[in-house]
Amino acid sequence: MLPALAMFLAFAIIPLVIALGLSFTSWDGLTAPEFNGIANWVSRLTDPLTYHALWLTFQVIVLSWLIQTPMSVLIGVFIAGKQRYRAVLAALYFLPLIMSSAAIAIAFKALLDPNYGVGHAFGLSVLSRDWLGSQTYALYVVILVIAWQFIPFHSLLYQAAARQIPGSLYEASQIDGAGRMRQFFSITLPMLRNTIVTSSTLMIVGSLTYFDIVYVLTQGGPGYATRILPLDMYLTGFSASDLGNASVLAVILVIIGLAIALALTRLSGFNRMTSDQEGA
Amino acid sequence: MVSVQNESPVATARRATTPTPTPTAVSGRSRNGKHRNVVGGVAAWIWLAVVLLPVYYVVITSITQQGAYYTRNPLAPPAKPTLDSYLLVLKSGFGVYFTNSLIVTLSTVVVTTIVCLLAAYAIVRSRKKLVRGVYSLFLLGLAIPLQATVIPLFYVLGRVGLYDTLAAVVLPSIAFAIPITVLILVNFIRDIPGELFESMRVDGAGQWTLLWNLVLPLSRSALATVSIYNALQVWNGFLLPLVLTQSDNRRVLPLALWNFQGQFSINVPATLAAVVLSLLPILVLYLLARRQLVAGLTAGAGR
Repeated sequence: MLPALAMFLAFAIIPLVIALGLSFTSWDGLTAPEFNGIANWVSRLTDPLTYHALWLTFQVIVLSWLIQTPMSVLIGVFIAGKQRYRAVLAALYFLPLIMSSAAIAIAFKALLDPNYGVGHAFGLSVLSRDWLGSQTYALYVVILVIAWQFIPFHSLLYQAAARQIPGSLYEASQIDGAGRMRQFFSITLPMLRNTIVTSSTLMIVGSLTYFDIVYVLTQGGPGYATRILPLDMYLTGFSASDLGNASVLAVILVIIGLAIALALTRLSGFNRMTSDQEGA
Repeated sequence: MVSVQNESPVATARRATTPTPTPTAVSGRSRNGKHRNVVGGVAAWIWLAVVLLPVYYVVITSITQQGAYYTRNPLAPPAKPTLDSYLLVLKSGFGVYFTNSLIVTLSTVVVTTIVCLLAAYAIVRSRKKLVRGVYSLFLLGLAIPLQATVIPLFYVLGRVGLYDTLAAVVLPSIAFAIPITVLILVNFIRDIPGELFESMRVDGAGQWTLLWNLVLPLSRSALATVSIYNALQVWNGFLLPLVLTQSDNRRVLPLALWNFQGQFSINVPATLAAVVLSLLPILVLYLLARRQLVAGLTAGAGR
């Protein structure tokens, strides 16, 4: 166990402490960091850009959840069944799982190109808008591309969970005359509750880490339209060579991540208790 | 509860668009009634199109001649398919990036697997409070955004002279693979019946013998799963190599794609050919090991 602990401490936990330390320095990445007290914190916390990045991140978290969870549940439950071609379909469904964010972003960038992209195939000028260059739409396009990337993974979790629901429950409800909609809402969804919590936790904490796909798709632009928190941290740190200020953003990122994870764990414990009491 | 409410609009929308009000949900479960599979099939094909359209677009564009790119119908197969773009990419140092990715991925996976197997074994077999604590710490690691550590890693690795080496990418990659790997292995090893341990103990087996002759053979499938999963993560990693390496000959594939995109900015077919090439090796692995990956992932996270 010691080697794992040592590696984990050295490259995951201790860096967090160092990040906190660096957040009190001014550092350009080349010369030595210089202590400057709470100056970075003051400037970050009074900068509207920080709140803009937080607001974008919040939108990404909420919209991603709203899009990905229902889709993943439906797809997961569907492919848990025994349809013909299911194995083939499932293999194809999960293709995005194996693609790197960089590959996906580059593919979608070409696909959405206003002049030569796929919008032209259908001859509708509405479709060949400059989606990624639009202040209004860029963030939503990014969120949809992210959904394309991550729905397969969450479908996978729901597929596994749906397979574990005993078939006898459905047979019993059929005898009671429950329709299929009724079965879905009264049996499938409640039985998936724990998985919904697990998947949502991974999804929401994961939302804090979307970096590469946005970086390659838009670089945070146009303007600041897609400059979510992790990207803001990277651009502040490595493009603007202000690693002290970027460390403040890193610390904020960790705090939010841990807070969300703890909150969701509480919630999931609570959920499990109530589901036991109801006897499902 | 919340999710139930969010479920309904989509489910309703689906019902509206499909001829029979059959939730695909249970259609497979009770295997009566052929028309249900048809309904489910229609929905399945629609989602399939959503997934495959971008993939199809990438492949056909990558075999389009560069000049034809600007005049073609984006979804029609090219009139004169060509592999020129692929040759161009292969000549632009693709082999170096590929080798780097391979080194980084293999070394991360091998070290992670060994280290985590030992840790998971200790966690399952030990009753010590400290060990529990360490396990909780690992689980907490699942919630730490990797992004938050790149600046300090940049600082530390720079100080110890590892900046711009492949090791600079490997070491943190291992650290961030540990939580999920330990979680999956612990869940798996826990299911090995205690009697097996006891009977081997009675026969005089020590900890290492137990680990080598009992745990290792029995957890082979879980080990395969975490290895595949970690390999996927590391192979596709972007941020760590972006921040921790600099030289062209230390770049890994996802970064190379990013570079190609700049370098071939007006040559979209070449950029997309690079995308396809970067996918091929992992696609082969995926096709060979999909079942294993799916089984293990769900064992770990589906709880």
